Parts: sequence; C-alpha cells; structure tokens
Amino acid sequence: MKPLVLTLRHEPPERLDLSPLVPHRLAGQTAAEIAAIELQTTRHKIAVGDVFRLRMGDAGQIRIEGGSDRLDRVGREMSGGAIVVEGDVGIEAGRLMAGGQLSIAGNAGPMAASGMKGGRIDISGDAGDRLGGPLAGETAGMRGGIVVVRGNAGERAADRLRRGTIMVEGRAGPHAGSRMIAGTLIVRRRCGAMPGYLMNRGTIVLGAGADELSPTFIDGGIHDLVALRLIAAFVGDHSRKAAAILRRPLRRYAGDMAALGKGELFVAEQP
Amino acid sequence: MPNLMVNGVRIDDTFAEAFGMRATALVITADSARWARQAAETMTGFGTSVIGCGCETAIDRELARTQTPDGRPGIRVLLFAVSTAELQKQLQTRVAQCVLTSPGSACYAGLDGPEQLKLGDALRFFGDGWQISKRLAGRRFWRVPVMDGEFVCEGRTGLTKAAVGGGNLLIMGASQAATLSAAEAAVTAIRAVDDVIMPFPGGIVRSGSKVGSKYPKAPASTNDAYCPTLKAAVNTALDPDIASVLEIVIDGLTSGAVAQAMRAGIRAVIRLGPRKGAVRIGAGNYGGKLGPHHYHLKDLLP
Repeated sequence: MKPLVLTLRHEPPERLDLSPLVPHRLAGQTAAEIAAIELQTTRHKIAVGDVFRLRMGDAGQIRIEGGSDRLDRVGREMSGGAIVVEGDVGIEAGRLMAGGQLSIAGNAGPMAASGMKGGRIDISGDAGDRLGGPLAGETAGMRGGIVVVRGNAGERAADRLRRGTIMVEGRAGPHAGSRMIAGTLIVRRRCGAMPGYLMNRGTIVLGAGADELSPTFIDGGIHDLVALRLIAAFVGDHSRKAAAILRRPLRRYAGDMAALGKGELFVAEQP
Repeated sequence: MPNLMVNGVRIDDTFAEAFGMRATALVITADSARWARQAAETMTGFGTSVIGCGCETAIDRELARTQTPDGRPGIRVLLFAVSTAELQKQLQTRVAQCVLTSPGSACYAGLDGPEQLKLGDALRFFGDGWQISKRLAGRRFWRVPVMDGEFVCEGRTGLTKAAVGGGNLLIMGASQAATLSAAEAAVTAIRAVDDVIMPFPGGIVRSGSKVGSKYPKAPASTNDAYCPTLKAAVNTALDPDIASVLEIVIDGLTSGAVAQAMRAGIRAVIRLGPRKGAVRIGAGNYGGKLGPHHYHLKDLLP
C-alpha cells in the first residue's frame, strides 16, 4: 500500500507542532479529518490542509515531502509504523517515541529523541543540542531505542541517557554523554571538551578522541573486551562506521570520578 | 522378540520409552574453539544421569564464528532435569564453577522461549557491585569483571517443558569390538542431529540398569537380562550369538528430535551390517506404563 504523503506547500509562517501526525493517531481518519487537524503553536489557527497538500495512503507509513526547521515534534510519542521526512525538522523530533522508525533526510533541531523509549531514529544530517536529553525538570533522557546521526551532533548529546544506543557518525559538541545514567554513546569523529561530564554509569566510545578530557577520568589501559564485540555486532546492523570503531584497540577510562565513577569512556588508539 | 531383518541386522519389535523433562540450552564462546570446548566439557562433566548427577548435560554441536553473538567460536550445550527448580540449580552451579572460571569464556542463551531461567541475572553478583548491564536488541547482558578481563553472560536463557529424556537404542553384537564399532557409528550419526544430546561417556553407556535391586537401599541395579555373562543364570533377553550390549541414551529438546536421532542411529548401525557391527537392535522400556513417549523401532527403520 502506498504511504500517506504530506507535501509542504510553503515555508510555515510560524513554528508548527506536528505531534498529531503519527501513525497511531491518523489511523482510520479520512482525508478531511486529517486536513482539519490543527498544528499551530500561536493563537493563529493553522490546520494540516493549510500548509500540506495531502495524498491519502497507509497511515502506518507517513512521508513528509519538504522540510523546515519550523516543523517541531515530528514523530512525538510514535508507537509504530514509519515516518520519513524528506528535509529538515525542528525541535524534539521523536520525543517520547516508543516504537517504529523515524527517518529524517535533513537536519534535526535540539532535543531530538528526548525521552525516547523505543524504536529507531535515523538522522541523515546533523542533530541539534541535547540529542536524547531530558527536558527541564525531567530526571532522565532517552530510556531506550536506537538513534543514528549520520552527520554531527550538538552540545550534550546523550545527556542523562538512561538506556538505549546513540551513534554519531560525525563529530559531537562539548559535554557529550554528560550526566549519563547508563546506555551507550558512540561518536565516530572528534568530540568536544569534557565528554562524560559527571556520568554515573554507561559507555561512551570515541573514535577520534576529544578536545579535552576531564581529569576525573582515570586511564585503565588498552583492552580487547568481549562486550565490545557484542556491542559491535549489534551496532553494525545500524551503522557500520560506528561498529568499526569498536573493533579497534580502545583505551578505557573509568569515570566520572567526580560522580559515581562507574561509567566508562573508550578512546580509539590512533594508528 | 526380533521379527524384522534389515541388511542382516535383526530389529526387535519393541519401543523405547521416554519421559518428559525440563531443558535449557547455552552457547559458550571463547577466544578459540579449543577453549570454548574446554569450558563446555568441564561444565557438562558428571552430567550423565539425573539419578546421580542432578541433570543430564552434554554438547549439542559446535558453532562457527558467524553463529555466535560475539563472533567467536562457540559450543552449544543442552541441560535436562526432572524439575525447573533442579534445572535452575544445576545451570547456575555449573556455569558459575566451570564457565565463569574458564579463560576468555562468555555465555549466552541457547534457547528462546516465553519461560526463562536465570543465567547472568544470578551470576552477576560475583561482580561485587562492579558488574555492568548492557541491554542490546531486547536482550540483557552482564559484564562481570574477572582477572583476565570480563566475563560476559546473558541475563536469562530459555526453558522448555516439551523436552524428552530417555530415548534409547540397545545395540547387540557378536563381540565387544564389533558392538562398540556399531555404537560408535550410531553416535557419529546422531551427533549430526540438532537439539539432542547423548549424555553418557562418548555417547555410549555399557551399564544399562533396571529399576530396583535385591539390596533394599539401591534404587537401580544392573540390567541382568542384557548381561551376556548371565545368559545361563537369568531370564535373559539375549540370543546365543550375542556377546556384548551397548546402549545409547538420547535426550532431546523435542520428541521429534529424539525420533530423528534414533532414526539416524538405527540407519548407521544397519548400514554397518552384522559382520563389522551389530547383529541386533533393541530398545528399553517399562512396558509402556511409565513414560508417555514411545518410539517404536519398526517406525524408525530406513
């Protein structure tokens, strides 16, 4: 069955909240009902039909043609099916997502995958700050699922990561993996300063080191651990570039000793 | 009793009687096939019979690097017991003492299923608080620090209540050497069947037993009807030309696997023929009153 296609007519006049446009909420709705769904974030009313040209199809497979950094909360609380965005998205893409697949062909704004619980997000471009992180007042960020960023990630990627795996094939900004509770973060290219800042537990793997490593991470030597092969086999299904890092000699740092200190930061030895 | 003859080998018109058991499976890996086998053999040692060992356990098959979770050589091991509690106890004790201790080893679930047994979820406490949990693709793995690095162990493994224990073949020959050759041929053929084990030494048992004894404290004693040296003294089941009997006991994760293994064993013995191997094939049962699984030899002929 063909997907349900939403084609952007023009750049939205304001930020839009696309959280209603997820498979489980559109299932069983008619074209008229979908076109009438309100997306505005101000008092000025904007419905789906005002900004998108709608072509009906399987609501379990949604394709958004045309992107904008004003398209916020794409795939929020998505529980299954697939959403493909052929362009950029705004803030909180895939927030609280529990299942299914969200594919973003362009860049994603801040807080992508925030509070995510399951499923997979694939971002072909860059991700903004606090990828997978918690909103203000929340105690944990991403709780499960898989995030792959083919480009770069902003500051504090995987902040307060609780469970799940985040792979960044490009660079990551400062404080990647800050306050991590558990889970796995892999950054293929160079990472900004202070990765793993105040992390309690969890695993960070850096393919090209960091601008500055906190002195509260203690060098434990180079290891060839079975667990890393296991993670590589799992990661390889999603990012072969990330998996390749795990098969190289890795130096293990324990930390952050300024916090609980049961986390680990692996840095690939440079050839 | 024999009323069938195939390739000169007499086939008894009888059946093997087997019982329902609880079973689980593990995948043990190591840096080399040698060390994976070492860990598996140590773990499955003294696991021939539930009567004296608590469980019946042996190697199912070798696994290539592409078949294991961590990409290293592996061995699949099966364990059978009469109750879930005993199986859990045997699993935990044997993995803790024999796999955790083996250099470079790791241990994973070898069976899926809705019902599960604790594996790493029980052994993780050896890490004394330094153990690390990793959940990958819905499966939990424990990393326990040990002196050569880390022991990686999956949290749980599957349990099946559809397992069958006690499938068997009695292989009877005109000499000890010929009977052993036939039994070895059967074991080789059965090893190619997945999901079954032959828990006795080399897959063969020479001391088949009957229930009870003249001595009140002994629950089982020698199967005198099949002892060639007692032919003249007891109500023997042996023909005059039989000088040796060996038994192959088969446990399987399913009844179908046991039947398939018995079929493979019978075919191998028949193919070897009576001159180099066995003159007769039989099976052990209790009159059909104790075990729910009956494997009639005539239904398993090639």
